[in-house]
Amino acid sequence: MRYALLIHYPQPAVSTLSEDEIKAGMAAFHAYAKALEEAGVLRSAEVLQTIAKATSVSLKQGKLQVQDGPFADTKEAFAGIFMLDVPDLDAALAWAEKCPAAHWGTVEIRPSAVRFVDGAWTSGSEPVRA
Amino acid sequence: MDQRVGTGSGVTQDAAARAEELARDAYGRLLAILAARDGDIESAEDCLAEAFAQALRTWPETGVPNSPEAWLLTVARNRGHDLRRSAAHRLNEPFENLEQTGALSVVPELDPDAIPDRRLALLFVCAHPAIDPAARTPLMLQAVLGFEADQIGRAFAIPATAMAQRLVRAKRRIRDAKIPFVVPDRDQMPARLTPVLEAIYGAYAIDFPLVAGTVPRDSLAGEAHYLATMLAELLPEEAEALGLAALISLSLARHPARGTVDEFVPLDEQDPSLWSPELIASGEQYLRRARDLDRMGRFQIEAAIQSVHCARATSGETDWRALLTLHTALLSLAPTLGVRVAHAAAVGRVEGPDAGLEALDAIGDESAPRFQPAWATRAHLLAAAGRAGEAALAYERAISLTTNGAVRRYLERRCAGLVGETRPNAASPITCPGGRLPS
Repeated sequence: MRYALLIHYPQPAVSTLSEDEIKAGMAAFHAYAKALEEAGVLRSAEVLQTIAKATSVSLKQGKLQVQDGPFADTKEAFAGIFMLDVPDLDAALAWAEKCPAAHWGTVEIRPSAVRFVDGAWTSGSEPVRA
Repeated sequence: MDQRVGTGSGVTQDAAARAEELARDAYGRLLAILAARDGDIESAEDCLAEAFAQALRTWPETGVPNSPEAWLLTVARNRGHDLRRSAAHRLNEPFENLEQTGALSVVPELDPDAIPDRRLALLFVCAHPAIDPAARTPLMLQAVLGFEADQIGRAFAIPATAMAQRLVRAKRRIRDAKIPFVVPDRDQMPARLTPVLEAIYGAYAIDFPLVAGTVPRDSLAGEAHYLATMLAELLPEEAEALGLAALISLSLARHPARGTVDEFVPLDEQDPSLWSPELIASGEQYLRRARDLDRMGRFQIEAAIQSVHCARATSGETDWRALLTLHTALLSLAPTLGVRVAHAAAVGRVEGPDAGLEALDAIGDESAPRFQPAWATRAHLLAAAGRAGEAALAYERAISLTTNGAVRRYLERRCAGLVGETRPNAASPITCPGGRLPS
């Protein structure tokens, strides 16, 4: 079963951090990703730049709206994603509580519904473990 | 110790080395005295830091004073007075308050033995019921051992800024709520001692999830040992304080045999010749002293469990009957999930794997299905019962809940060795980060 660990933390986090703190954070994320990879459960990982770099696009109002900034201004903003393939929610939880971002933000666990593989949409609950 | 001889960089190095040594040994003693004055730990820390900085500047020139602790205390106190005096000027307050404390007098050299040890009061302040439990252990590491927030943050894998905020909040609370720097009296002692013991134990068995793939700084176990033995010396009549010192000494004794970051060696398979005889001997001594006081408690029972395991170093065997008795006693005092799983493993050893599985099924805790040690123990018990198929499923479940690579590889080895396995005594508790079972 595929789960997304969605990381949210207060923004703008990076600009207020010292170089050492950023380094420590990167080291923690590196250790975490290596541990996931070694366990064979990591499908992908991506940490995003801050919401200051975001651009939002919408046609909701009937015409193209391009907005400089995030679609919603919230205290904690979406900051990164780890896609895992684990047997069940308990295993996803075990990994989520070991995520460095859980110490300074929130890790949301969302099961995958469908994903696009080899030209077709496939159920996210299908085991794809090697 | 005479450091006044010699010139040049040798003296500088000596002075620096001496200041560093003092920072380790005397920091908590000095801070306890400075902070007790008005309950302001932050300002005491600043004054003490300035005293150490001044020592580093002047000692290379003047040599290390005969009573460096008294020197540091005097300089720090004077610095405190300067700060208060300027504050007093601003507030236009009379000077009497300062005179009354008698601390305006500059004592150049004091007898270090005459410096009272107020660290006990400081420990009770750090673990006061009004302080956030999550801040207690870090606060002790900072106030008693002089750790910086970023060092503590690293040790607990928490960002330095978050840790610093937590510590500042706790210190302001101590100052603003006027938490007294006193040792609780006999009536209050039992209730107030428990959080102190738990906070010290918290530095040994970090009881919150660490970032997967990171290892807590090993020497934090050494700091926990330091704090526990210090507390036992300051409270020699408290059986549980002695029990905690015994528990940490006996557990620490087995550290060299626990494997590496890459390889997990379970207790059963540890080579007892790697265990530290010195730490075992001192742990046993604490345990004997605790027993003589005849007041049983959780930490003494846990220490006694460690003691039975350590006895294998001399007897070559593990007395599982004694362990079952102790685990049963612990169960009645502290029925946590970890204790219940360890008890079931002991039942499995003594009364057979089926009885162990029955004890495991009886736990009925709602978080048991997510508790890795419960699944690892179930897998071992099923394997011991010869139910290889079910054991494999339990191992698979335990492995999916294991974020520690070394423990996972160990479980995978055990799982791979299942085919046709019918060893009758293969059950043993498994440790994992957050599992809080003895390893």
